Amino acid sequence: MNQGDKIDELRVTPDKYVPHRYAGASGDFNPIHIDREFAQAVGLPSNILHGLWGMAQVARAAQAAAGGDPRHVKRLAVQFRGMGFPEQEIVVTGEVTSVSDGRAVIATEAAQGDNRIIRNAEAEIEVG
Amino acid sequence: MAAENVGKTWKGFTYEVGLEKIREYANAVGSSEPVHHDRDAAREAGFRDVVAPPMFVVVYSARAMGPAIFDPDVGMDFARMLHGSQEFVWGEPVCAGDAITTDVEWKDLSERDGKQFFVFESVSRNQDGAEVARGTWTNIVRGG
Repeated sequence: MNQGDKIDELRVTPDKYVPHRYAGASGDFNPIHIDREFAQAVGLPSNILHGLWGMAQVARAAQAAAGGDPRHVKRLAVQFRGMGFPEQEIVVTGEVTSVSDGRAVIATEAAQGDNRIIRNAEAEIEVG
Repeated sequence: MAAENVGKTWKGFTYEVGLEKIREYANAVGSSEPVHHDRDAAREAGFRDVVAPPMFVVVYSARAMGPAIFDPDVGMDFARMLHGSQEFVWGEPVCAGDAITTDVEWKDLSERDGKQFFVFESVSRNQDGAEVARGTWTNIVRGG
């Protein structure tokens, strides 16, 4: 792995029930994620994805770049910006910004079309 | 808001990690690697038991964050709050059967562009005292 390398893109389309499954798995039952009518009543276009579910997609891309070993994912920092929506494809991209002492730093983000839902993310992984 | 309370800590929330909870979480986020589902695959890879995906940190530490976020000594206006940014640094892996204890500290309060930034740090350790994850949680409260 070298500076300037792109990591494999991760593409995932969350189905309409992903926020419900993630609510159960994580314990975050905020109705803006699982109740479309509630979300619309507070001015959102629809129920929105959990930000930490989106962060988990960035983490999956980093883990894949580290050979699939969860021990090799050392750090992940993200900023939550645009809202993510169910039933729209998410693309996670990343580029290696430095490699030293067996660690690679990857600049990464997640987007739905032009809507960049996670920006300025940085992952650090162990590389062989 | 109570800026003089920056530095307050909330200590000692313990979460017991179950195998089926790891599988449920892994399924919800799409982590399909066998080490997150299958005990034999995990042991073959050198883990004590099925290992949690890194972002499972939110499951064992988020409930420790709750008392901090809702504490009147912090005084966050929950209705105007957004989760602005998040960082995790991982240490020892977390496996089924572990007991993870998380301490939380209110690290910082600042204001910029009419927004307040509340920064909390969580430190999670396993039953042997080894650090498994350190989280920096930044919540933004819009003015109004």
